[in-house]
Formats: sequence, structure tokens, C-alpha cells
Amino acid sequence: MKILLVDDSSTMRRIQKNTLEKLGHTDVTEAGDGAEAIAKLQAGAGSYDLVLMDWNMPNMTGIDALKKIKADPALKAVPVIMVTSESEKTRIMEAIQSGAANYVVKPFQPETLAEKIAAIKK
Amino acid sequence: MPIAIRAEHVNPFILSNLETFSKMVGVEARPGKPILKHDARLDYDISGIIGLSGKVIGSVSLSFPQATALAVCNKFMSANLKEMNGEILDAVGELINIVAGNAKKGLSEFNIEISLPSVIVGRNHRIVEPKGSVGFVIPFSSPLGDFHMAVSLKPA
Repeated sequence: MKILLVDDSSTMRRIQKNTLEKLGHTDVTEAGDGAEAIAKLQAGAGSYDLVLMDWNMPNMTGIDALKKIKADPALKAVPVIMVTSESEKTRIMEAIQSGAANYVVKPFQPETLAEKIAAIKK
Repeated sequence: MPIAIRAEHVNPFILSNLETFSKMVGVEARPGKPILKHDARLDYDISGIIGLSGKVIGSVSLSFPQATALAVCNKFMSANLKEMNGEILDAVGELINIVAGNAKKGLSEFNIEISLPSVIVGRNHRIVEPKGSVGFVIPFSSPLGDFHMAVSLKPA
């Protein structure tokens, strides 16, 4: 499973990468904001199986990147899980209505992220 | 009707901090009694701070002595860093980002937006809140050391 991990915090990328490695996912590419994520997805169109996307990032936010991914016929099939501290119902609804496959609110336990990824794989 | 800032508005930040430490750092933090900020006597080296805007404006910050910051961030990241560096600064910023973002759901009446985090380093630096703000400090103890949270709010 090829995963694109998008977060402006190197700490969060490290934490999520550790969790992914424990789950056996070692093919992980990192991006620091939404614009970098789009560029990496376009460069490797069709090769990514999952995107883990933060919301609040500089340059391009995660929700804007999600909307661009879902509007691009070449990219829209890749599932996106939002992993964010945005915890309000309105934000969760906005993400789901914009095409997010699932939503993980920070703070989360590693098991929660694992369950959401496992649900995508099924 | 103007919004009145009350001590109970600090509670979502306290609860969020407890949840963040429990779920993501893996230790249980214990809050002390909130005190008014101008009465606080504090000891710290590094702060992560987030600006708040919406129907209220203000900030929330977490401040740590250096040894506590190292211990907390190493546990948070599953790392073993020996000294303060960019990774520790990023981790402190991410901690306050999670705490502030998660607290918003308990303050939905204020329609709060949060800024990207900033991190300040310096012995007992001052974080000055805007005039007219109500500022609280909440001391926390944890197995990794003591630290504190500061919350300041004022009607927009």
C-alpha cells in the first residue's frame, strides 16, 4: 500500500510514520502542505493507495487539497483520510461532503488510525 | 449582548490538554487550580502558542522547563533527543496545535478559529496578552515534569 502522508509538522509525520511502519506500511511518501501533496500525487498519478491529510497547513490547506484531489479525474479515486485537530462537527461534515473517506481527530491513539486505514483496505 | 469571559471557558482547554497527554504522549497529566495570570510565578524555557479569533480573541499556550519539554517531546515522538533542537520546537508547536484544535468543540458558541502555532524559547519569557483580556494560568503536573498552560480571552 503506497501512502502519501501530508502534515506541516515533522513531529506528526514522524508519529504517523511510526504507526504506519508498525502496521507494515513502509511505502510512505511525505508532503509538508496541500500544494506539495497535489504535486506528488500528480507526479505519481495512479500509484498512491491512500492519503493521510492534515487540515491546517500553510500554502494550501488540507481541505483545499482534498477538494482539488476530488475534482481531478486522474486523482479522485485515491481515498483521503483527514487527520486533524479540527474537531467540530461542521468541519467533519465539510470534509466528508468534500469526499474524505474518513476522519481522525487529533489527539488520537495509534489504534484509531490503524482501524481507519484497515477500513479503507477492505 | 457582549460576551462575558468566565473561568469555565478555560475548562475545554484543560480537558483537551488532559486528553492530548493521555492519548498522544502516553502519560496522565494532573491539572492544578487555575490562577489569574498576573498572580502567577512561573518557571519555564519554551512555549508553544496559538492565537484564537472569532467572537473572542486571545491565545492559549503551553510552557515547559527545558528538561520537561525534552521528556514530553521524546515520549510524544518516540524519540531520544538529548538537547533542544528543531524537532523539539516542532513537537511543542504540534502539542499546542492539537490542544487548541480539540478544545474548539467545547467552545462552539465562540466560533473560534486557530492560528498556526508559534514557539518561543527563552528563560521566563513573557507572553503579553492584549489589553482587556482575562488571563488564566493552569499548572499541570505529570510523571515527565511540571508545566503550565496559559489562556487569555477577550470579546472580539
